[in-house]
Order: sequence, then structure tokens, then C-alpha cells
Amino acid sequence: MSDYKTLVVDGTAYETTLTRNYLRRKPYRPRDPKRLAAFIPGVIRAVKAEAGCRVVRGQSLLVLEAMKMENDLVAPADAVVKAIYVSPGDTVTKGQLLVEFE
Amino acid sequence: MSLLKTFIDHFTRRDRAALGGGPEAIKKQVAQGKLLARDRIKAILDPGSFHEYDLFVEHKCSDFGMEKKQLPGDGVITGTGTILGHPVAIFAQDFTVAGGSLGLAHARKITKIMDHAMKLGIPLIGINDSGGARIQEGVNSLAGYGEIFFRNTMASGVIPQISIVLGPCAGGAVYSPALTDFVFVVDKISKMFITGPEVIKTVLGEEISMEDLGGARVQSEISGNAHFYAKSEAECFEQVKRLVTFIPWNNRKKADSFPPRFPKAGFDIGAIIPAKASQPYDVRDVIRAICDDSDFMEIQALWAANMTIGFARLEGHTVGIVANQPLVLAGVLDVDSSDKAARFIRFCDAFNIPLVTFVDLPGYLPGVDQEHAGVIRHGAKILYAYSEATVPKITVILRKAYGGGYIAMCSRHLGADFVFAWPTAEIAVMGPEGAANIIFKGEIAAAKDPEALRKQKVQEYAEKFASPYVAAANGHVDAVIAPQETRDFLVHAIEVSVEKNEHRPAKKHGVPPF
Repeated sequence: MSDYKTLVVDGTAYETTLTRNYLRRKPYRPRDPKRLAAFIPGVIRAVKAEAGCRVVRGQSLLVLEAMKMENDLVAPADAVVKAIYVSPGDTVTKGQLLVEFE
Repeated sequence: MSLLKTFIDHFTRRDRAALGGGPEAIKKQVAQGKLLARDRIKAILDPGSFHEYDLFVEHKCSDFGMEKKQLPGDGVITGTGTILGHPVAIFAQDFTVAGGSLGLAHARKITKIMDHAMKLGIPLIGINDSGGARIQEGVNSLAGYGEIFFRNTMASGVIPQISIVLGPCAGGAVYSPALTDFVFVVDKISKMFITGPEVIKTVLGEEISMEDLGGARVQSEISGNAHFYAKSEAECFEQVKRLVTFIPWNNRKKADSFPPRFPKAGFDIGAIIPAKASQPYDVRDVIRAICDDSDFMEIQALWAANMTIGFARLEGHTVGIVANQPLVLAGVLDVDSSDKAARFIRFCDAFNIPLVTFVDLPGYLPGVDQEHAGVIRHGAKILYAYSEATVPKITVILRKAYGGGYIAMCSRHLGADFVFAWPTAEIAVMGPEGAANIIFKGEIAAAKDPEALRKQKVQEYAEKFASPYVAAANGHVDAVIAPQETRDFLVHAIEVSVEKNEHRPAKKHGVPPF
């Protein structure tokens, strides 16, 4: 068979086939402090800041309703808001970018 | 009433109830390519062996107009019968009756046949085909599910439990199959999920078809929830029958012995493994070259295929096989393959089935996704399951057995009764490349020609340690055997282990890294 791939373990390259789950892996991306993303899918109920706002760590920026709960999304650090990408009523998916900081 | 009339009345009632949801609903079921519940039972059991109970059970719900609705058998068929002479208890949900929805009477029929199976010490087979809870019955319907889950748990490790999902099995209902030992699914018919595509669409805005979310293929290949995948109901029923021949009736018995058969000709066992340790081969060829009639019943063949598990026989005795599969992901241990092997090991231990382990793995799969998915906790399940098992444990090291993988794959140190190694075995703390790079790091860096020295050191290390003889000299390996001797050594090991009686400290139960 010629459709073998290689898998490196401890410095040795093994000839083998790969599984669907292996190929579906998501590459690791470190958390970006300049981006606030939805941690759960839901609906935006309120937007409490706007672009250019100076916000302090822990300040409420958005209300995201998910699974019948209203979640307060807060600023992860003192920062200036660069852009807010959602408006009240928007449905957002998990991992969707909501707010960007400068 | 005259005697004759009494009997005619009886047969009329029985026939009416046996018709299930009536002609319209039956037509719908057939149009979906599905068999009727009673026909499914008959197709699985030996001809004429099915005896049905509780045909006349009725629900007692009087809300939302339910008092006017008669549901034949309350949407589930229960009884006992035999499969190739083995007694089994069986139930089948009847989708033609109120969508197979589960009310309290329906659930109580199931729990009653489960209690029977426990008392009689016979396997339980459940056929799931249900729209879910009978909403009109409210919390009573939930009570029904809970009572089933409780019994699934009580029966776990006492009688084998088999689930055949032949229709929708959604929401809480799907936890009953999940608690059982073997789940069978059929392409385009089985649908399993906790929340369906519609809920996912309204709540999350994600669109996915039922098939892509929880169809048979997905559950067999991606999630690992299903153990056996079939193209048709008929193929599925043949798989169920075959499985029943490999397992015992209950945890106090051993699986039935069959007349011994030699492996089929055509396997040159000495030529299966390539000379280079980095090249793949199909470990199932090794299994087939050794077991009776070359008959290996693989379990979860599609999911975590880097680990091969299943049943085979040696001189007529059922054994559980656990083997690294170099053909897939080089046979590494990872989250899924660890889960797969650990659960199977516990099944075999619970049901007195000796374990035969074939080892050839480079170690654990490296990667952020694996570490973050908890490969530590999942990998520990294999150690736990092997250490805990008191059935005969026999290990054959075919080729690579490095590091943590060597320990995990039923090494002597986890309580293996017999450890054999082929002359091709490489038992070492890690592969020659990795080991030489670490041990001789300074020397290699300082050399005039580092690459030449590195190659030389890898070679030296491989010659000295990449063999079974260091482990054999320390007694970690009992015998270095030629591939052609493997069946003989295994059969003998099984035969001398028949009376094995090993005990563990008394405890309520352990706390495995679930």
C-alpha cells in the first residue's frame, strides 16, 4: 500500500494510516487577550459599551443569554474597546468574536 | 359465555394487541425500511422460541385525553427466548404504537423483564426504537427511564446487556444503551443523540442532519458510542447471534466451550511483521493466524482503530483479545484507544473471559489536543483495568514495547500471569532514536561529525536494548518464543489457568479514573 502517512513518536517516523478523529483535531491556539469570544452559544441581550470606550477589568460589556441564563461578559483587563461586533438580539455561536480591544 | 366463545374472545384480544399501532402506522414503519418490533425479535431468536409476556398491560394515564387512548402492549414487547440454544430475555420498543414513546407502564414492562433476566441469570437484549418520553405522562415517564437506568447499572457485570438501536433513541433514553455492554447500530436506521438537530438549530444556529449528528456511522467511528455497525437489520442480527456465542450467560458462568479448531491455513505467522520497527502491518493477521478457525469477532472496529479489541477462541475457549494496531496511528495509546481497551478489559474480567494482549506500540500519541483532552486520566484507565482484572492474563510482545506503553499493555508488573515475547520484541524505556539522542546528547554535540556519531549510537543502543533478552534476563518476560509457537504457548497458558483464583482486597468498589 502506498497511501501510508507518517507519524513521529519519540523521534521515530512510523508508517501508518490516520483516523478521521486524528485528522479532525483542531490546532492549538493560545488565548488572545485582545479578543473576547462567546464561551457558549446564545443570544446577545444587552451591549453596555461601545468602540473607543475605556473599560476596567471586570466591567460588564455584554449580556449573553444561553440555556435560560443571563451571563455577564466582562472585560478581561483594563483596556480600550476597539470594536464590538454584535448588537442586542444577535445569535452567536461558541467561539464567535464579540469584542476586540486595542 | 360458552367455553368456545371464551377462547375465541382470547384469541381476538391477543391478535388485536399483536397488531400494534395498526395498519397505517405499520405502513409508515415499513416505508422507512424498518422491520416491525415483533418481527425483529423473531429474527434474532431461535424459531419458535419467543414467549411473550405482558401483552395486555395498559397505561393508567388520564391526562390530556390519554384515558381514551388504548396503546397495545403500551408500545413495547417483552419476553424470553433462545439464541442458538442460549436463553435470553428481550424487549423491543414498538414505534407503531404512539411512536414507541415511553410511559410508566411501558417502562415497568421493561424493568420487569430486566428483573427476570437478573434472577434467571441470562443476558438481556433491548431493541430501542422510540420517539422518547410520553409527554402526556409527565414526570412518570421520567421515573420510568430512571428505573431502567438503575437496573442497567445493577445488572452491569452480572448479566451481559446488549442494546440494538433500530430507530431514534434520543434524549435521556439514549443513556440506557450507553450503560449496557454492547451497542449495535444499523446504517440509516439508528439515530442517537442527547439534543437533536432542531434544538441545536434553534439554540445554537448550527445546522446538521440527523445522520451527521448521531447516525450509525458517526456513533461507530467518531464518538465510539456504538460497538457494532451493520448495513442492514439482517446483518445486525447475525452479529448479535455471533456475539452471544462468545459470552457467558452471567458472571457466575464461563462462556460455552466449542469444539477446538485449528487456525485456517494461509497465514505465515513468521512473515507478518516487517523487519523495520517503523513499518506497519495488520495485527488482526497475527490474531487470525493464532485463533480457532481464524475467527476473530472485532468490537468497535471503526473507532480508535489504533487499538484492536474483540473475541476469539483458543482450543474452543473464549478469550478477549486486546492488541495495538500498527496499521492505524502506528498503534499509539491515546484518549480514545485507552477508553476502548479499558472498558473491554473490565467486561472480560467481570464475565470470566481470559485476556490475551498483543503488544506493539511506540508509546503515547504526542500532541496538545491529547494532553488537553486528559490523556493522563484516560490512559490511567488501562492501568487500572489491567491491574484490577483477576481473570487469566497473558501477554505477547510482538515488537515495540516502549516506556509507559510497555507498562500499560498488561506487563508482568500489572499482574500478567504469563508474558511471552517474540525474538523481534524491543522492550526498552523508549525507542532507540529518542534514547540515544538523550543519553549521548553531549557526545553527539561535541563530535566532529555529529550525524555519523548519532547514527552509530542509535545502532549501539538498538543492538544492546532493543531486544527481549534484557527483559527476559530480569524475569519480566517468561519466555522468548518463535511466532510459530505462539498458539501452543497461549493454549497451554489458558489450560493451566483454568483454576486461577486470585483475590483483591475487600472493598465496596474501587475509584477508577472514569
